[in-house]
Amino acid sequence: MADTGTLNTTAAGIDAVKPKLGAGPSGPRPKPMLSGRNIMLYGTLTIAALYYLLPLYVMVVTSLKGMPEIRMGNIFSPPMEITFEPWVKAWAEACTGLNCDGLSRGFWNSVRITVPSVVISIAIASVNGYALANWRFKGSELFFSILIIGAFIPYQVMIYPIVIVLREIGLYGSLTGLVIVHSIFGMPILTLLFRNYFVSLPQELFKAARVDGAGFWQIFLRIMVPMSLPIFVVAMILQVTGIWNDFLFGVVFTRPDTYPMTVQLNNIVNSVQGVKEYNVNMAATILTGLVPLIVYFVSGRLFVRGIAAGAVKG
Amino acid sequence: MNTSVSIKDLSLNFGAVSVLKDLNLDINDGEFLVLLGSSGCGKSTLLNCIAGLLDASEGQIYIKGKNVTWEEPKDRGIGMVFQSYALYPQMTVEKNLSFGLKVAKIPQAEIDKRVARASEILQIQPLLKRKPAELSGGQRQRVAIGRALVRDVDVFLFDEPLSNLDAKLRSELRVEIKRLHQSLKNTMIYVTHDQIEALTLADRIAIMKSGIIQQLADPTTIYNKPRNLFVAGFIGSPSMNFLHGELTNAGGKTAFVSNGVTFSLDGYQTEQVLQPGRKVVLGVRPEHIKVNENIGAEVHEATVDIEEPMGADNLLWLKHAGHTMSVRIAGSRRFAPGTPVKLGFDMSLASLFDAASEDRI
Repeated sequence: MADTGTLNTTAAGIDAVKPKLGAGPSGPRPKPMLSGRNIMLYGTLTIAALYYLLPLYVMVVTSLKGMPEIRMGNIFSPPMEITFEPWVKAWAEACTGLNCDGLSRGFWNSVRITVPSVVISIAIASVNGYALANWRFKGSELFFSILIIGAFIPYQVMIYPIVIVLREIGLYGSLTGLVIVHSIFGMPILTLLFRNYFVSLPQELFKAARVDGAGFWQIFLRIMVPMSLPIFVVAMILQVTGIWNDFLFGVVFTRPDTYPMTVQLNNIVNSVQGVKEYNVNMAATILTGLVPLIVYFVSGRLFVRGIAAGAVKG
Repeated sequence: MNTSVSIKDLSLNFGAVSVLKDLNLDINDGEFLVLLGSSGCGKSTLLNCIAGLLDASEGQIYIKGKNVTWEEPKDRGIGMVFQSYALYPQMTVEKNLSFGLKVAKIPQAEIDKRVARASEILQIQPLLKRKPAELSGGQRQRVAIGRALVRDVDVFLFDEPLSNLDAKLRSELRVEIKRLHQSLKNTMIYVTHDQIEALTLADRIAIMKSGIIQQLADPTTIYNKPRNLFVAGFIGSPSMNFLHGELTNAGGKTAFVSNGVTFSLDGYQTEQVLQPGRKVVLGVRPEHIKVNENIGAEVHEATVDIEEPMGADNLLWLKHAGHTMSVRIAGSRRFAPGTPVKLGFDMSLASLFDAASEDRI
């Protein structure tokens, strides 16, 4: 490789210089492939990529092996005999407590928690952000500051009071209660996100809509929302991954039959009875992480665009 | 003549900062009024107050004899055009034009009629199905004007509509706005910092500085008889020549003396008594100084320092008794640097200001 690289540069050098010797350098400067800069750059990137990809590789490989093969101890070697049994077991048969229907129960619980929480929190926070950005009212800055402080209070401080509140209104242990908790805790950071985005949109657009006679909701729904797809995607990704991966609220605010997937995964992996089935554990972990992973892959580009839009124009 | 927009004792404060102070302004029906000033003088703030996008701290605003001080923008009978066009990016040109009418629940047939009329006036029919991103700057601003046009309003408000365009398009659209005003005969209030736009478009210009109107008059008066030093220096490019000196008595007549050079004030019209010894500033526009030809009785000596040929005009920077002076002459007349020249001043077109109060004498 080094030889080819040097050859190429030399060849290019001869071509570029010979006919223009009198005129001096002209056109683009030749860029050697194997410069110190490139080696540093690609070397670092390769190491970083390996660092993140290796555990995933081990997990996938292990989940496709049978237990006898795992006991042989070569965790990096590919499976000699591919089996999907651990996946089936993790999804439909693994036992947690009294239930032996695998992660499927937790999956559907998580879906029933995540979908309404994401929709409700984004709907409320976007209106909040829009009102704080465009309809400044007396005390709106103070209100915003209080909301932002909310983002810095550690969750642990709030857990016990919230347990009492939910118990008093009769929602403790239900999925509805957890949805409410997730929606409230998403509010500070999402409101900040939406407010900063709406502030970055041209104020004259808002003025023009007011002159055109549009009211609070008409401006929001017909002018602002159609311009804000990137920031809605960012908010959705933040919320889906945050709520799906949540463990603390899930374990505190639900009962065993309404446990979200993360809590159930923990119970499967940490069960102390019987043999440790590493392949089932790996399969269960991948299954649990699949939803955020898919969300990232599908909307990654929009995510970057939204983050950039919020940051640069502000 | 009927009053279209009337502003009475308007004040506006942002916290402790006072942007407009006790402002009074009456705008006639069908008048083209330009609010002119440098940035931060409160001209855009005043326009936003008229539009209802900012609440006044004190005072009242009347449009067509109706007190609209507390009315929403849509109920004031105004249409507004913004500097950044402010077109709704996700809507086609047609939807942009009809959005306000749809919000007002006007029947579709009427909407179509008005959109057709506006797009014909502004010649944007071929663009109706396009989105703002697919238009050039000039086309976008036409659409923005169209959006005000379809609203069928009494008063048009323009907030620096041409500032985002390049020089050539700016002069083209300037002519079109003037033509539009001549055919529609609506009241138009136009905010700009560009004095050429102000002088060419306006029936009357209101020159503003720190929230106060310095002079409200037609362009000719503003140009030839500026009320104070600020107006005199703001209008005109290159700026008026200012000579600091005092009044004196020369041969039984009042004259002006600066750096030991005496200027006769024959032909200068004022109702004030010109008291010898008063400290004053003499202002003469570059084109009101004669070079070598038609000088008149009084002759001043000067030398050419720098010559700036601009095609139609030729701008000379002269040294005259310690002053640097700019003189505008015809582009065909050329002078090499260092050439001695003879100057003549036309005092009937000059301005005298009191050095202390800076007001016109």
